[in-house]
Amino acid sequence: MAYTLQFGQVTPYLWYMAGGAWIALQLAGIAFLFGWAIGLVFAAVSEYGRGPLRWAVRGYVIFILNTPLLVQIFFIYFALPDVGILLGSYEAVAIGMALNASAYLTEIQRAGFRSLRRQELDAAETIGFSRVQTIRYVVLPHIVKVLFPPLSNQYIILTMTTSIAAIFGVEELTGRAYNINAETFRSLEIFSIAALYYVVLTFVASTVLYWIGHYFFRVQGKVF
Amino acid sequence: MTQLVIDRLSAAYGATPVLQDVDLTVERGEIVSVIGPSGSGKSTLLRVLVGLLLPVAGTVTVAGHKVDYRSRRDLRAVRDRIAIVFQQYNLFQNMTALRNVTIAPTVVKRRAPAEVTAEAETLLAKVGLADKTKSYPDQLSGGQQQRVAIARALALKPEVLLLDEVTSALDPELVGEVLDTIRLLAREGMTMLIVSHEMGFVREVADRVLFMADGRVVEVGRPKQIFDEPQAARTRDFVSRILRH
Amino acid sequence: MDRLLEEIPRFFNYYNMIFIGQAFFYTTAMSFIGCTVGFAAGFGLAVMRHERIFRSLVLRLLAITYTEIFRRIPFLVKLMVVFFAFQLSGLEVSMFTVAVTTVALSAAAFASENVRAGLESVHDNQWDAAEAMNMGGLTALRRVVLPQSWPVIIPPSMTYSVGLVKSTSIASQIGVLELTYAAKVMTNKGFSAFLCYGTILVLYFVLCFSLNRFAAWLETRLDPTRHRPA
Repeated sequence: MAYTLQFGQVTPYLWYMAGGAWIALQLAGIAFLFGWAIGLVFAAVSEYGRGPLRWAVRGYVIFILNTPLLVQIFFIYFALPDVGILLGSYEAVAIGMALNASAYLTEIQRAGFRSLRRQELDAAETIGFSRVQTIRYVVLPHIVKVLFPPLSNQYIILTMTTSIAAIFGVEELTGRAYNINAETFRSLEIFSIAALYYVVLTFVASTVLYWIGHYFFRVQGKVF
Repeated sequence: MTQLVIDRLSAAYGATPVLQDVDLTVERGEIVSVIGPSGSGKSTLLRVLVGLLLPVAGTVTVAGHKVDYRSRRDLRAVRDRIAIVFQQYNLFQNMTALRNVTIAPTVVKRRAPAEVTAEAETLLAKVGLADKTKSYPDQLSGGQQQRVAIARALALKPEVLLLDEVTSALDPELVGEVLDTIRLLAREGMTMLIVSHEMGFVREVADRVLFMADGRVVEVGRPKQIFDEPQAARTRDFVSRILRH
Repeated sequence: MDRLLEEIPRFFNYYNMIFIGQAFFYTTAMSFIGCTVGFAAGFGLAVMRHERIFRSLVLRLLAITYTEIFRRIPFLVKLMVVFFAFQLSGLEVSMFTVAVTTVALSAAAFASENVRAGLESVHDNQWDAAEAMNMGGLTALRRVVLPQSWPVIIPPSMTYSVGLVKSTSIASQIGVLELTYAAKVMTNKGFSAFLCYGTILVLYFVLCFSLNRFAAWLETRLDPTRHRPA
């Protein structure tokens, strides 16, 4: 075999790739925030709503959960212009990821609502808590504790998912790996290093989120 | 004839010593009861004997053969001779009562299934469960499960039976049926090492009683001696507290 | 809108249907083979790192390292690494094989986690009893522990497999003729993206939704609190 692995040629690009990792984290953050907000509303509708509104939300969630993100973004990027909606690649990816994440975050937060136990609310009422106090001292701490691990997991999954943006020409971590590849042709080295970046990135995120959960919300569970 | 000799046996969980210099000789057909406060190493002693925990020092001699717990062959041999019944029954949840009893003889000892099944049915009848052979553990009461566990241990035809607090996990009204089963085995001359908190029962069936505390043997003697004229201060203290209940 | 309506009969003609049908088959085959091979490998990893079966620290570290690394790499990046690794190795393999390998590598990492969780869900006292009765580690695994672990292993593994079906759409990037690639080809032929991507979205939905329903059904059937058929 003539080819030998040469990581030396790739080292000048390590900073450039780190920049890509930063973009990946941001993209994941945007998708997470919007997905979380939409998911919160949709979870409430799923649990407490009724009629056509509820059916529409459930239909949306089930459809999104059962189709690939990549094809959803293709649809947004290539098909929506047919009906007059034109989006840049970064916007298309961000919107696609947020909408996709919103479905998962709906299901997660819905489970959070369900975990609220009737007894705890009754207990709060008998102590004489007002509605606001009940939410502040009983509902919120409980929900945060239950939701923190799955929400953290979702953020980490989103970080990995951002690599799809490269397919649309967004220059995040994977996109930058493609760029370097086009210049150096050190393909295996570059993509292995990109893989390593993701491993380290998610590992650090897991650890940080674990400690945040542990110290601030007294969460027991492991994060990703 | 001497069945089991334990000589200066010590064991540890990590850095914490749990057994220290335990000595005990058990004659064939003898019933020795091990008592003591919780955490005194009683159960650990039994776990070491069947090789679930490696000893750090000392020797165990079974029927004249010194056991090397690091040797697979010795481990197999000692488990052939010594069977254990656990506090939590540890029945295989995915198997019927009958299968629980037949699995080791057929799968481990590779004996003929028909013969083993016939024996197992006899054993289950002996512990009073002839009509429960097809039940799964979660369909049986605690007392019934523990009797299946005893039948399962007997199916291995052990020379020594170790009973690890076999009534501790049971509701009070179910204790009697399990103790009756053990009395039956006692009458048949089974060599047994019984860890128990049922002092009345210990007094009745045991030939000798071993009192342990902090991983050490404090006192050994006839039941009458241990319960009525304990020598060591710790034994006196323990016995008086137990009997006051 | 009118243009779309006019396109529909042309789009759903015999040859296009065969073409999309084939793509559907490749998506399914890629997922199925990849998940099956990956599950088997992941199962092996979980057994390797289990302390009641093997007592080798080296094996355990290997298994943990593999699992921790491979579940943290995005599918696309893994696909590229596998693609270039095959290319450099000089082995002449099809793009389909590259994609299946990637699916299997991903499935192995997650199956290993699921199987580990399943084995750990069985109480230690089952191992104690088996060991005290002279059952070897693998015998105890097969006869005692595994039969009790399946209800914990299978549902999340099924859910994850559905996730991988969706990930196979990324294999379109290296030109595997699966559903997403088929949609690309059809748009290049001049059909509207709306129709092409809309159609395959529906096909993915049918596939994934039925698999998820099946997983949910299995979960209730395997529920340990339900009484087993005697």
